[in-house]
Amino acid sequence: MNIDLTTSLGSLQLSAPTLTASGCAAAGKELAQFGDVSTLGAVVTKSIMMAPRSGRATPRMAETPSGMLNSIGLQGPGIESFLENDLAWLRANNVTTIVSIAGNNVDEFGELARILSKVEGVDGLEVNISCPNVESRGQVFACNPYSAAQVIETVRSVWHSDAPVLAKLSPDVTDIVEIAQSVVEAGVDGVSMINTLLGMVIDVDHMKPMLGGRTGGLSGPAIRPVAVRAIYQVHAALPHLPILGMGGIRTGHDALEFIAAGASAVSIGTVVFGDPGAPWRIANELGQELESRGYNSLSEVVGLAHHN
Amino acid sequence: MHLVLDAPEIDEVASGHFAAVAVGGIGGGMLLRRAFSIHKSTPGESLEIIFAPHGQGTQWLATQNAGDVIDVIAPLGKPFVLPRQPISCVIVAGGYGAAPMELLARELRGRGCRVDVVLGAATQEKLFGVLDLKGVSDSVIVTTDDGTSGVRGRVTDVLADVITKNNSQAVYACGPMPMLQAVAKVSQDNGAFSQCAVEESMACGIGVCMTCVLPVIGDDGVTRMSRSCVDGPVFRGDRVRWDDVHTVPSDAFGAPRPGGH
Ligand SMILES: Cc1cc2nc3c(=O)[nH]c(=O)nc-3n(C[C@H](O)[C@H](O)[C@H](O)COP(=O)(O)OP(=O)(O)OC[C@H]3O[C@@H](n4cnc5c(N)ncnc54)[C@H](O)[C@@H]3O)c2cc1C
Ligand SMILES: Cc1cc2nc3c(=O)[nH]c(=O)nc-3n(C[C@H](O)[C@H](O)[C@H](O)COP(=O)(O)O)c2cc1C
Ligand code: FES
Repeated sequence: MNIDLTTSLGSLQLSAPTLTASGCAAAGKELAQFGDVSTLGAVVTKSIMMAPRSGRATPRMAETPSGMLNSIGLQGPGIESFLENDLAWLRANNVTTIVSIAGNNVDEFGELARILSKVEGVDGLEVNISCPNVESRGQVFACNPYSAAQVIETVRSVWHSDAPVLAKLSPDVTDIVEIAQSVVEAGVDGVSMINTLLGMVIDVDHMKPMLGGRTGGLSGPAIRPVAVRAIYQVHAALPHLPILGMGGIRTGHDALEFIAAGASAVSIGTVVFGDPGAPWRIANELGQELESRGYNSLSEVVGLAHHN
Repeated sequence: MHLVLDAPEIDEVASGHFAAVAVGGIGGGMLLRRAFSIHKSTPGESLEIIFAPHGQGTQWLATQNAGDVIDVIAPLGKPFVLPRQPISCVIVAGGYGAAPMELLARELRGRGCRVDVVLGAATQEKLFGVLDLKGVSDSVIVTTDDGTSGVRGRVTDVLADVITKNNSQAVYACGPMPMLQAVAKVSQDNGAFSQCAVEESMACGIGVCMTCVLPVIGDDGVTRMSRSCVDGPVFRGDRVRWDDVHTVPSDAFGAPRPGGH
């Protein structure tokens, strides 16, 4: 197969088109027993916060038709331990790394970006303004164009690295194009979409919500058409904006849909839980899907569905 | 039900390791693997699990025929820790919690340990492994909630006596969480050290998702929300904060603070 699968997100060149999705591969280390992590497009790390964080009560997941709900609540070790352990491991293993950050408020995003812009081994920054698993919907910055832009402006003002800054967007909004436009004006180099959709499952034996956190984020193939639609809309409005696509990608065929809708690369999330080798498998399958359709490269297909 | 799989690539398995089984077939609607204790295994040859059809995934598994291909990742998790000395041990299991125990009994006996077994279930039909365990232990006591087999009552009703009579120093347990909590307490009250294989919902089984956590006290005295798939499923009974399972205790590492998150 001599299909060119290399791609880019702004200034970041990627040797492969599949990345891991934030929160679905921790910081890469656990996946190393299933494949060579350095051959992935990149590892996108679990969203990191300033302080260590315990996450929400359990149960934290419920399986749903072709998907799952999660209410992890950003459990993580805090930035200090992340730099010392996780980032050090990623660097030592030559893994292209996009660090995902999350903050309780605008200042925390700024502080995290300031710290990360000074360390080696951060090839990109994904600003998670869309985690649904926080106590207050008011904290979902990506639901409001003004607060979304505020976070990005703050991050941008302290970001002195060439590595691209991506904003991670939520599909749970009236008009995702409006949010995308506002973060572009605030200075992002690209967007990641989509984060999970807010959902709920009720345990009718106990007559209460199944998840400890009551609501959770819906992910997996169940949300794939929502993701493709969102990417298509944003690419139509902002054709030069690099898009990292995710949402239920399970096969190379699925990935090709995202690319055709306008994504330059894709992240594999929930499907990794059932198939830890999926990010590598899907890259291979994508090559075959392109080849069988007579294409020579991934880049010639980005956004192609807009031209027919 | 008993599932025996040809597994030419399986590594050495220890008791307490689990297998993550994909259900529903390729492209099906169930994305998450189901976790089962490994009952028996021969490296490079085979793998056996014991399961009860329950929800959609295990019902699917029950309909598979001999010769069908099943996608399994194993062995996963941290197994039971065996004693260095030939001490006196008790194995306690509830229902399909007996699945890993025959292997454990063999391992313990291989180290010269005395092995006494307490097996419990709601009713006789749900008892598992009685005969197998009789062959590899010094004694077996059975309890059922409804008295259809053995002593009427729970495993913990007889455990203190077993520990005292045999001067047991270590208790190994697998079964439902309330049983494990009670076993950990009875063990501690009677001066025995306990190890419990817990059962928490798992999405990935390989340590990447953080769904399977429970509050466990570390060597440094700090409670962390530990992953039962990679830090467990076997934990020291005296280290699990049983009363706080399914919650995040306010003194846990990274717990929400007033004014914080
Ligand atoms: C370490 C470990 C060892 C286990 N060993 C055994 C065993 O030896 N024999 C056996 O019969 N069962 C065992 N279980 C329980 C077994 O995993 C569940 O019964 C099974 O996952 C239920 O799947 P389902 O498709 O029937 O239910 P569904 O309700 O369709 O499952 C939906 C989701 O919830 C999860 N889930 C549901 N019930 C449980 C449960 N009790 N524990 C964990 N996850 C659950 C499933 O994995 C799945 O992701 C073990 C569980 C764990 C964590
Ligand atoms: C268990 C779990 C944890 C997640 N944690 C994060 C996170 O920390 N930060 C983030 O930006 N997205 C997080 N996500 C969202 C995913 O990165 C992804 O956007 C979403 O799940 C859709 O992709 P998928 O269907 O392929 O999983 C999480 C998703 C899951 C299932
Ligand atoms: S089940 Fe995913 S971390 Fe344990």
